[in-house]
Amino acid sequence: MRVKWWHIALVLCLAVALISPLASAFPDGLERVGEDHGFIQQAQEAPFQLIADYLFPGIENEALATILAGLVGTVIIFGAVYGLARLLRLRKRQAE
Amino acid sequence: MHIPDGILNMATVATTYAVSVGGVGFGLRQARKKLGEKHVPLMGILAAFIFAAQMLNFPIAGGTSGHVIGAALAAILLGPWAAVLIMACVLIAQSLIFQDGGLLALGANILNMGIVASFAGYYLYWFTTRLMGENRRGQLFGGFIAAWGSVFLASIACAIELWLSGVLPAQVVLPAMAGWHALIGIGEGLITVGVLRLVMATRRDLLELQRI
Repeated sequence: MRVKWWHIALVLCLAVALISPLASAFPDGLERVGEDHGFIQQAQEAPFQLIADYLFPGIENEALATILAGLVGTVIIFGAVYGLARLLRLRKRQAE
Repeated sequence: MHIPDGILNMATVATTYAVSVGGVGFGLRQARKKLGEKHVPLMGILAAFIFAAQMLNFPIAGGTSGHVIGAALAAILLGPWAAVLIMACVLIAQSLIFQDGGLLALGANILNMGIVASFAGYYLYWFTTRLMGENRRGQLFGGFIAAWGSVFLASIACAIELWLSGVLPAQVVLPAMAGWHALIGIGEGLITVGVLRLVMATRRDLLELQRI
């Protein structure tokens, strides 16, 4: 199989997911405003949790759990959006 | 900037859902009309990159961090409607799988980081490159302006929703959100320019696709 540009690009995206444990743990802009003005505690827990807080469940090591969540998410998102675009493209060609 | 559930009131939830469903629906029709073969892998790659990059919060100042939105980059390369679709997919996955951003707040999050950020980024880039020329300098400067403006305007939209929901008065929430995101936008600008430079060095043709 010939290596296409997006094969390399996908590996780069997975590499970004691999360094996700380096992310700053500080609150983001919205969370900071919510803390300063006391509305973030109104936030409700989700009715169900799958890979909540970007930590793959059942893994003790937090960095490893984050990396696994990142890799799984990156692959799922790539597959979903690539699939959606393929489908839209197919429907365009059928219409033509 | 992912709004959790329990913050917005029902009127804001309903309104933002209606706008986002309409926007995504229209985006799907636009994509079906214009999508070319080269767009397909690029859409998947941009979505994957945006998801991974959003995990990487960078510290800005005073114990606060920010993460990229990515909508401006997607809108520059693919056009605003394709960017809306990419952002919607990323935000839906983040809400459903990673519990980042509420299920009821999903409409607002798609409106802010999808629709507002994509169109702000697209038109700021368009305007800057018209002004400075479609050359490397114009494109990189346009990329920075588009990225910064997309974060800034998305945060204003978010602030308006918080105000309309009665969370905080406008004169408090607008400067607070805009202030922090004016700083976060600089990070978005630098990362967007970095990716544009990488695209220019490796696959310049991807900067000349038909915009959707």
